[in-house]
Amino acid sequence: MNPEKTEKMSKIDLNRNDMPKQSPEIRRHNFNEVALGYTEELAIKEAKRCLQCKKPKCKTGCPVEIDIPDFISCIVKGDFSAGIKKLKEKNCLPAVCGRVCPQESQCESQCILANKKGEIAIGRLERFLADWEAKQGSVDMPSKAKPTGKKVAVIGSGPAGITVAGDLILLGHEVTIFEALHKAGGVLTYGIPEFRLPKAIVAREVDYVQRLGVKVVTDYVVGKTRSIDELLKEFDAVFVGTGAGLPWFMDIPGENLNGVYSANEYLTRMNLMKGYQFPKSSTPVKRHVRVAVVGGGNVAMDSARTALRMGADEVRIIYRRSHAELPARLEESENAEEEGVIFNMLTLPVRYIGDENGWLTEIECIKMELGEPDASGRRRPIEIPNSNFRIQMDAVVCAIGNSPNPLVPSTTPGLQTTRRGTLVADQETGKTTKERVWAGGDIVTGAATVILAMGAGRKAARSIHKYLEKGKW
Amino acid sequence: MNSIVERRMIVPNMHLLTIEAPDIASKVKPGQFVIVRANDEGERIPLSVADWDEERGTITIVFMEVGASTGALACLDEKDTVSTCVGPLGNETEIGNFGTVVCVGGCYGIASLYPVARALKEAGNKVIMVFEARSSYLIYWVDRYIKLVDRVFNITRDGSLGYKGHITCLPDVIHGLQNPPDRVIVNGCTFLMARASEMTRGLGILTVVNLNPIMIDGTGMCGVCRVTVKGKMKFACVDGPEFSGHEVDWKEFLARRKAYLEEEALFFRRSEPKQAVHKEVKCQYES
Ligand SMILES: Cc1cc2nc3c(=O)[nH]c(=O)nc-3n(C[C@H](O)[C@H](O)[C@H](O)COP(=O)(O)OP(=O)(O)OC[C@H]3O[C@@H](n4cnc5c(N)ncnc54)[C@H](O)[C@@H]3O)c2cc1C
Ligand SMILES: Cc1cc2nc3c(=O)[nH]c(=O)nc-3n(C[C@H](O)[C@H](O)[C@H](O)COP(=O)(O)OP(=O)(O)OC[C@H]3O[C@@H](n4cnc5c(N)ncnc54)[C@H](O)[C@@H]3O)c2cc1C
Ligand code: SF4
Ligand code: SF4
Ligand code: FES
Repeated sequence: MNPEKTEKMSKIDLNRNDMPKQSPEIRRHNFNEVALGYTEELAIKEAKRCLQCKKPKCKTGCPVEIDIPDFISCIVKGDFSAGIKKLKEKNCLPAVCGRVCPQESQCESQCILANKKGEIAIGRLERFLADWEAKQGSVDMPSKAKPTGKKVAVIGSGPAGITVAGDLILLGHEVTIFEALHKAGGVLTYGIPEFRLPKAIVAREVDYVQRLGVKVVTDYVVGKTRSIDELLKEFDAVFVGTGAGLPWFMDIPGENLNGVYSANEYLTRMNLMKGYQFPKSSTPVKRHVRVAVVGGGNVAMDSARTALRMGADEVRIIYRRSHAELPARLEESENAEEEGVIFNMLTLPVRYIGDENGWLTEIECIKMELGEPDASGRRRPIEIPNSNFRIQMDAVVCAIGNSPNPLVPSTTPGLQTTRRGTLVADQETGKTTKERVWAGGDIVTGAATVILAMGAGRKAARSIHKYLEKGKW
Repeated sequence: MNSIVERRMIVPNMHLLTIEAPDIASKVKPGQFVIVRANDEGERIPLSVADWDEERGTITIVFMEVGASTGALACLDEKDTVSTCVGPLGNETEIGNFGTVVCVGGCYGIASLYPVARALKEAGNKVIMVFEARSSYLIYWVDRYIKLVDRVFNITRDGSLGYKGHITCLPDVIHGLQNPPDRVIVNGCTFLMARASEMTRGLGILTVVNLNPIMIDGTGMCGVCRVTVKGKMKFACVDGPEFSGHEVDWKEFLARRKAYLEEEALFFRRSEPKQAVHKEVKCQYES
C-alpha cells in the first residue's frame, strides 16, 4: 500500500457510534421500544465517518439501491429534509426498514469499512431521518399524476401491498387494498412486536398511503368474501401480496396440548389484539412462568422477548443447530441474550408432555450434533442417540417457519404454485401465470424480509403501470 | 357497513342480531361463519351465520351470552355497528340428496342448523329436526322449522317437552323412526356435539358436527383452532368447521376449548359497565 493511502486509512474513525438503548433490566419489563435512536449530534457524528466512496459498495447491498452516500452527506450537512427526500426516492418505509432491515447482511455488510469492523450504521441513520421527519409533524405530500381511470386491487396490506399501492396511486390509478384482518400493515402490525417496531409507526405509514388516496378495506378475505376472478371484473389489475402466514408445526406428539402455540398465534394475541394490556384489552392471554421457544429466527427472538415481558421467569430458545447458524439478526439474538433469554443450542424437541387436563408440563428433547453441510450450505444437525432429556415448561411457542396461505391460490384457477406453496411469478415483473394478476413479497419468495417484499412490490407496480398504459399483458 | 338492523332476545340469554353485510350475504352458504368484534377493542369471536337476505344485504347471527365478548355484543342496539364482521369463513356444509337426515340442534345450534336444514330439504332429503334444550322455554324457531322439515322431536332435560333427559335419548329418537337415517348433523355446544357423536358411533351413522374451537383470524394464520381429526392435525377454520364427530378427538377438543377459562373470568370481573354482562348463564353441559 502506498504511504498516502495508508495515511488516509489510518485517519478513518472505526468506532461505530452506539445507539442508545433501554437497559436490559428495565426493558425486559416493558413493551416500549428498545432502541432509542440517534440524537442529531450522534447522527452527524456517525454520518461524518462515511468515506463518501466514489463507487459505494454499500449501495449494492441494498435491495432497493438507496443512494446511501448521498443521504448520509445530507446528514453531515445537517440538511435532514433533503436527506429524507433522497431516502424516499427509493424506499417508502424508511422508519420501518431503518429498524428491521437485516443491515448486517445487506447494506452494512458491503460497506468498505465492514472488513475493518467499522461499517457505517446505515440503518440507524435511515431511522434517524425518518423519525426526524415524523417529529416535524408534517410530511411532504408528493404530487399525483392525472387520474387514469384505471382500477387496481391490492390484496394484503403488508410491505409489498403498501408499496404497490403507494407507487400506483402516484401514477394516477385508483387503488384499493383488501386486508383480511381488521388492521392494515401485515406482519408489521400483527407479528413484529411493539418493542421492536412501534405500531404507531406502521399506522403512520398506512395513514400516509390513505392520504394519498388509497382505499383500505379491512375485514375482507379474498378467496372468501370475493374471489380474484370476481375482483377482476371490477378491477383492471390485481396484485397479490398475501404473505406467508401459514404456521408450521413439527408433527410431534402433544402439539395440541394447551400451552403450545404457533408463533403467529402468540404474537397476534400480543400485537394485533394488544394482549399485553389484558385485561384492559379484551383478548385473553396467559401469563406463563416458564416458556420455551422453538426456532432460531427473528420470529423466535420476538416470541422469546415477548414472553419475558409478559413476566415469565425463565425463557429458553431451543434451536437444533448451533449459535453460528442462528438465522435471527445478530442484534436481535444479542438483545435477547442481554435480556436474559437462555439459549439451548443443538437441541430438538421430540415430544410434548401434558397433565390430565391437557396442559403442557414438560418437553422431551434430544441433543444434536452438526454433521456435513446440507443443501442450505449449513451443517446438518444430527440426533445424538439416547441423549433424550426433559425440561419442565408451561408453554412452548413454535417458531419454526411459515409458508404461504393457500386460500388465494386454491380459489383462483390459473394461478400456478410451486411445490412449496409459493406463487409462480416473474422475478422482474411480478407477473403470475394468470393474466392481469401480479404477485410479490413472501407469497412468492416464502418467508423473507420487509425490504425484499417492498422491492418486489416496486417492480410489480412498474409492470402494472406499463400494462395499464399499454393494455398489453 | 356492519350496522345492526334488528336486535332481539329470542329466548332467555339467546340473542339475535341482523347485520348489514351485503358482501357476506351474497356469498354465504349453510354451515359457514363470520368473525365479529363488538367494538374497536373487541376480541374476535366466530359466530355461525343463521340466516341471510341477499336482497336486503343482511345476515343474521344468533348467540348465547356466555362471556365478555358475547356480552358486549348483547349490549349493542339497533343502528349501532359492530367493528368487524368478516366472512363468510369456513367451508360450507356438505349438501346432497342423502335420504333421511336427522338434524340435532341445541343452544345456538338451533339457529345455525336452519340454513342447513333448508338446503337439505331443497336437495330432496327427508329432514327430521331434533330440538335439544334444558327446558321447553329455551327452544325457539319451532314455527320456522315446522314449515320446513318433515318431523320434529324435542328432548328437554326437565321433560317439559318431548323426551325427558339428555341427548342420550338420541338413540331412542332414531330407533323410533321408520328407517334408520343416512346421516346425523349436530350443531350447538361442544358437549352436545361430543355426546351426540358418542351416541351414534355404535349405530354406525355418519355424524357431522360443526366445531366451535377458540379462533382468532379464521383464515388459517394462527393455528389456535387446531383439532385432531382421525389422528391428524386440522385447522377448524379452513379445514372445517364440519368434521365427522366420530373422528374428532373430543377430550383434547374440550380441553382446548377451556384454555382461557381463568382469564375470561378475570376480564369478566374487571370489565367496564358498558361491556359488562348482565349475568352469566352457562350452557347446561358446560362443567
Ligand atoms: C415475527 C416476525 C418478525 C420478523 N422480523 C423481521 C425483521 O426483523 N426484518 C425483516 O426484514 N423481516 C422480518 N420479518 C419478515 C417480514 O415481516 C416479512 O417478510 C414481510 O412482512 C413480508 O411482507 P408481505 O407484504 O409479503 O406480507 P405480510 O407482511 O405477511 O402481509 C400480508 C398481508 O396479507 C393479508 N392477507 C393474507 N391473506 C389474505 C387474503 N386472502 N385476503 C386479504 N388479505 C390477506 C394478511 O392478513 C397480511 O396483512 C419478520 C416476520 C415475522 C413474522
Ligand atoms: C365456527 C364457530 C361457530 C360458532 N357459532 C356460534 C353461534 O352461532 N352462536 C354462539 O352463541 N356461539 C357460537 N360459537 C361459539 C362462540 O364463538 C363463543 O361462544 C364465543 O367466542 C364466546 O366468547 P365470550 O367471550 O363471550 O365467552 P368466553 O368468555 O370466551 O367464554 C365464557 C364461558 O363460556 C363457555 N363457552 C364459550 N362458548 C360456549 C358455547 N358456545 N357453548 C357453551 N359454552 C360456551 C366458555 O368455555 C367459558 O366457560 C361458534 C364458534 C365457532 C368456532
Ligand atoms: S433499506 Fe435496508 S438495506 Fe437498504 S439501505 Fe436501508 S437499511 Fe440498508
Ligand atoms: S461503502 Fe461505507 S463508507 Fe463507502 S459510501 Fe457506503 S457507507 Fe459510506
Ligand atoms: S382461527 Fe386462526 S388458524 Fe383457524
